[in-house]
Amino acid sequence: MSLPLFTTTEDPGPDFAGLIRRLRVPTPLISGAVAPPAEGFRHGTTVAALRYADGVVMAGDRRATEGHAIAHRAMEKVFPADHYSAVAIAGAAGPAIEMVRLFQTQLEHYEKVEGVVLSLEGKANQLGQMVREHLPMAMQGLAVVPLFAGFDLARRTGRIFTYDVTGGHYEETEYNATGSGGRDARTTIKLGFRDGLDRDTAVELAIQSLYEAADEDSATGGPDLIRGIYPLVATVTAEGFSAVPDDEVAERFASLIERRRTEGRQP
Amino acid sequence: MTMPYYVAPEQVMKDRAEYAQKGIARGRSLVATTYAEGIVIVADNPSRSLHKISEIYDRIAFAGVGKYNEFDQLRVSGIRHADTKGYAYSREDVEARSLANLYAQYLGQVFTHEMKPLEVEILVAELGNGLRPPQLYHIAYEGTITDEDRFAVLGGETEGIVAKLEEEWSATWTLSEALRSAVDALAGPDRTLAAADLEVAVLAEGNGRRAFRRLVDDELVALLA
Repeated sequence: MSLPLFTTTEDPGPDFAGLIRRLRVPTPLISGAVAPPAEGFRHGTTVAALRYADGVVMAGDRRATEGHAIAHRAMEKVFPADHYSAVAIAGAAGPAIEMVRLFQTQLEHYEKVEGVVLSLEGKANQLGQMVREHLPMAMQGLAVVPLFAGFDLARRTGRIFTYDVTGGHYEETEYNATGSGGRDARTTIKLGFRDGLDRDTAVELAIQSLYEAADEDSATGGPDLIRGIYPLVATVTAEGFSAVPDDEVAERFASLIERRRTEGRQP
Repeated sequence: MTMPYYVAPEQVMKDRAEYAQKGIARGRSLVATTYAEGIVIVADNPSRSLHKISEIYDRIAFAGVGKYNEFDQLRVSGIRHADTKGYAYSREDVEARSLANLYAQYLGQVFTHEMKPLEVEILVAELGNGLRPPQLYHIAYEGTITDEDRFAVLGGETEGIVAKLEEEWSATWTLSEALRSAVDALAGPDRTLAAADLEVAVLAEGNGRRAFRRLVDDELVALLA
């Protein structure tokens, strides 16, 4: 490896994706699309996000599937993108995780080269461009659909962005969910959502939404009480990204199940 | 027919070195020193936006003196090198030694082969971990690289600063002690430097994955008091 120096006309600036393209570092987003195997790759499933008084809550189940089989029980689908934002993924697991890694590096790279942090809108745009570049792969069945949320330091509020395979991104005013169990998760949040929820209620609602999604969708994993594997939940506020501790998530699931039982409903 | 003038290689190198040294001496100096919990870098720099100190990677910082556009280009290429390496391999494979070597090679190359040498002196600092002590790589305009594990002084006139730090340096320094001593050394006998005249950053544990942090405003004033 030599020192990456460029002439002023070819300088990639703060763009990390542009840099590695010039340096010919292979990435799945940049290499030409090849026909993927019809099966044999892993799929990640349900992720959800909702706004509350202090920012946003983001949550994702832990199951990865390969066809009808469970490929992984403890996959992580919710990641910090940088200090003030989080990204969650649904779709083909391999390219999705690679996209997150590139996105994280891209944001940090920009921050270090330019000396300032990108605006939340700018970050959302960047992710959209990555999804768009991935379109040829998506057309062949390897779709990646992220969910992006963060705390907008200029507007002092949490914001959520959803994407489609073409890279189009849309700002959500309240909440959204994506992935195979997304519809169930969304409906659950819809029924419990109000403006300006406090943290406890918002986290509880996110947990409920994943619980319902897992109940209806075979590709979404519920709480795994035997192995002690629980969905990942995180908040992004003015203080930054913070993962909700595993113990708290476990406890909330336990009391949710207990409540269902005593109410005489099907758990 | 005109004959090209013959100039002895010794003379060429001497002239280039003199040129570079003059350029560097026009700017102000910079001090980096280890203390009990990390590394603190202090620059005599009143600008709030044109930085001399910056972050390269999780545990690596960069500092430069001399011509701003020249060391800034080196800074950016360092970030590019580190981010590319961390992306292609893993975050823990990025270390300061290989980057310092690349800088040294490049500066040496420019010094011997180009018309004009770079008028810069740079520092690559790496926070230690359980296995390695903290390391300060000091690279001069002609590519000479030295590694220090106590402190490093960059700039034109450094004898006074080095002598003072030699006397006061201690491995158990707190941040505040290290900072005050570095600032006194930079100021010299007949000046005093206030928080507004300084650019200060630390590499320290407790900042999460990214150990680099700038000290500004009230925090800096409190540490200097």
